[in-house]
Amino acid sequence: MGELRLMKGNEVLAEAAIRCGCDGYFGYPITPQSEVMETLMARQPWNETGMTVLQAESEVASINMVYGAAGSGKKVMTSSSSPGISLMAEGISYIAGAELPCLIINVQRGGPGLGTIQPSQADYFQSVKGGGHGDYKMIVLAPASVQEMNDFVALGFELAFKYRNPAMILTDGAIGQMMERVELADFKPRWTEEEIKVKSGAWATIGKAIDRERNVVTSLEMDSAKMEANNLRFQQKYKQMEEEDCRYEEIMCDDAEYILVAFGTSSRVCQKSVEIARAKGLKVGLLRPITLFPFPKKAINKLAEKAKGFLSVEMSAGQMIEDIKLAVYEAGKNTRVEHFGRMGGIIPTPGEVVEALEEKFSWEISYGVKRYY
Amino acid sequence: MELKDIIKPENLVYDKSEVQTDTIMHYCPGCSHGVVHKVIAELIGELGIQEKTVGIAPVGCAVFAYNYIDVDWQEAAHGRAPAVATGVARLNPDKFVFTYQGDGDLASIGSGEIMHACNRGENILVVFINNGIYGMTGGQMAPTTLDGMVTSTTPFGRNADLNGYPMKITELIAQLPGTSYVTRQAVHNAASVRKCKRAIKKGIQNVLDKKGTSFIEVVSTCNSGWKMTPVAANKWMEDNMFPFYPLGDLKDGVKGEPVSKN
Amino acid sequence: MAKVKGAVVVDKEGCKGCGVCVNECPHEVLALHREVNSRGYHYSYMENPENCIGCINCGVVCPDTCITVYRVKV
Repeated sequence: MGELRLMKGNEVLAEAAIRCGCDGYFGYPITPQSEVMETLMARQPWNETGMTVLQAESEVASINMVYGAAGSGKKVMTSSSSPGISLMAEGISYIAGAELPCLIINVQRGGPGLGTIQPSQADYFQSVKGGGHGDYKMIVLAPASVQEMNDFVALGFELAFKYRNPAMILTDGAIGQMMERVELADFKPRWTEEEIKVKSGAWATIGKAIDRERNVVTSLEMDSAKMEANNLRFQQKYKQMEEEDCRYEEIMCDDAEYILVAFGTSSRVCQKSVEIARAKGLKVGLLRPITLFPFPKKAINKLAEKAKGFLSVEMSAGQMIEDIKLAVYEAGKNTRVEHFGRMGGIIPTPGEVVEALEEKFSWEISYGVKRYY
Repeated sequence: MELKDIIKPENLVYDKSEVQTDTIMHYCPGCSHGVVHKVIAELIGELGIQEKTVGIAPVGCAVFAYNYIDVDWQEAAHGRAPAVATGVARLNPDKFVFTYQGDGDLASIGSGEIMHACNRGENILVVFINNGIYGMTGGQMAPTTLDGMVTSTTPFGRNADLNGYPMKITELIAQLPGTSYVTRQAVHNAASVRKCKRAIKKGIQNVLDKKGTSFIEVVSTCNSGWKMTPVAANKWMEDNMFPFYPLGDLKDGVKGEPVSKN
Repeated sequence: MAKVKGAVVVDKEGCKGCGVCVNECPHEVLALHREVNSRGYHYSYMENPENCIGCINCGVVCPDTCITVYRVKV
């Protein structure tokens, strides 16, 4: 059993980075994630593991520092909150195009614009559909507890290096600021130069040895045929992610007639909603996507066969609902999919979710059969 | 003496550096980029640092710099080369990291990144090509375009009321304490190329000695953008660019010194 | 004073005919050829080879690194 601590989500992200052998962190302050860099600076990991921590002049610079460091084969990360991630969109697109592994953390706040500093899940589209220009995807992990904040740092790096692709931890101000018991991972040493050479020497700018071609980290290709081939390779990679690295959790779905679908903070709310609904005699279950990309389509396909309805519970105007609808459509079903959400930094209450379920599926609940449109 | 008696390996006095690739450069005839590329390749070879060099290419005409100098390269987003270089240099302190940027890249879209990298005193060399124009996109106004100069977006000449003033970014950089060496050079004739080479060599040596940022502006021509022959462009540069962008060292000191000599 | 003789070899196909070397040569050795290379450029060549002292100025200023210079003491 690892070391047990009571810690804030943001602090755990920093601690987990040090412990998993991260080589560098580049960031810029923004509420509600500033504790990530503050914790790192206070911990001074450069004395302990040799990890570099640098406060950049902007999110634009941070993500490009990540690009440079990742391009040299190192394990590097950045963190920010919604408006900062928008600024990073250019860099993330370049990182995806140049096929560099790195970890990006978005501790979401309400938008659009400067919005608010309270928690939100309104960056779902930005995270899972690309966000920057061009056809690309990130692996998106959605932790629902401080423990998962710890676990997903190492997992994020593992997946990023497996696919040579940026990975994102998409969380929000609630989990970032929340204190919970966490079992910290054991310390893992940083990779040595020799290990990096073996792992990434084929593409990383580790210095051109006389006996090999130079490595060029770039997303540029002027030949359209070659650029299309690059894109096809990326798509193949995203497909492989869908096949091999889709993660989700099902809670009381076995006999469920109504499925709540929620991730992160809203999935914690929904766990309570399931209890309340069950006490009322409604057979409700919860599907919690852990990876938002790849999205657990197959789980939805399967649940769509017997469920009377899906309720997508999000702290947004309804973004993930589109992916649920697509998965239901792909399963050849016409199970009804509805949305309930709060915006602007408000977290829905478990009771509100149950009320919304009863209201939106009142036909099915009253007559006991599916209602088709 | 017959030519064949002179052209023998033992009489060779000037040849392409082995660090430069055989690829024919995509630059227009007479472009200053080629000369600066060549000088950098020669120095990397002469100093024996090919295996520890990482170049950061810009967006602009020099985007393909990685095709010509045989070292590991990263191609940065427009203006972000100093941030990318920071990432490489901070995590690989034993590497020689340099950026190669044009005036649009460095002085316009990337003005924030260059200021802060120089202010932090990142241990990198910055080679800054200033030809007063955006070459790659077709000759638009750059921050360094001279007052009255005609470009495709200032067809009646740059007008300060409409377009602002030409920017002496190197003078601004020289004020930053993170820099150790800030200079302005040119490559329009053999003497200036030799001088520029000495300056770049000093910049590289500073990085190897971990002295902070070295910043080398090369006042250059863009004869296609300026719509002149290469030889006429060199002359025009001497007559018009040099008075506004005077050649010479602006700071030659140590990191941490707040003010330049000027 | 030792006299020197030089010779310049221009990579005809690499030359873009910018003429910077011609302008830079202190002894009017180089000129642009009437013919063009396969890419359509009037390439540089030694018009007056006997004048060459192998000063390498042409090589130093060449943006396309297509000039090789030889020098011998006579």
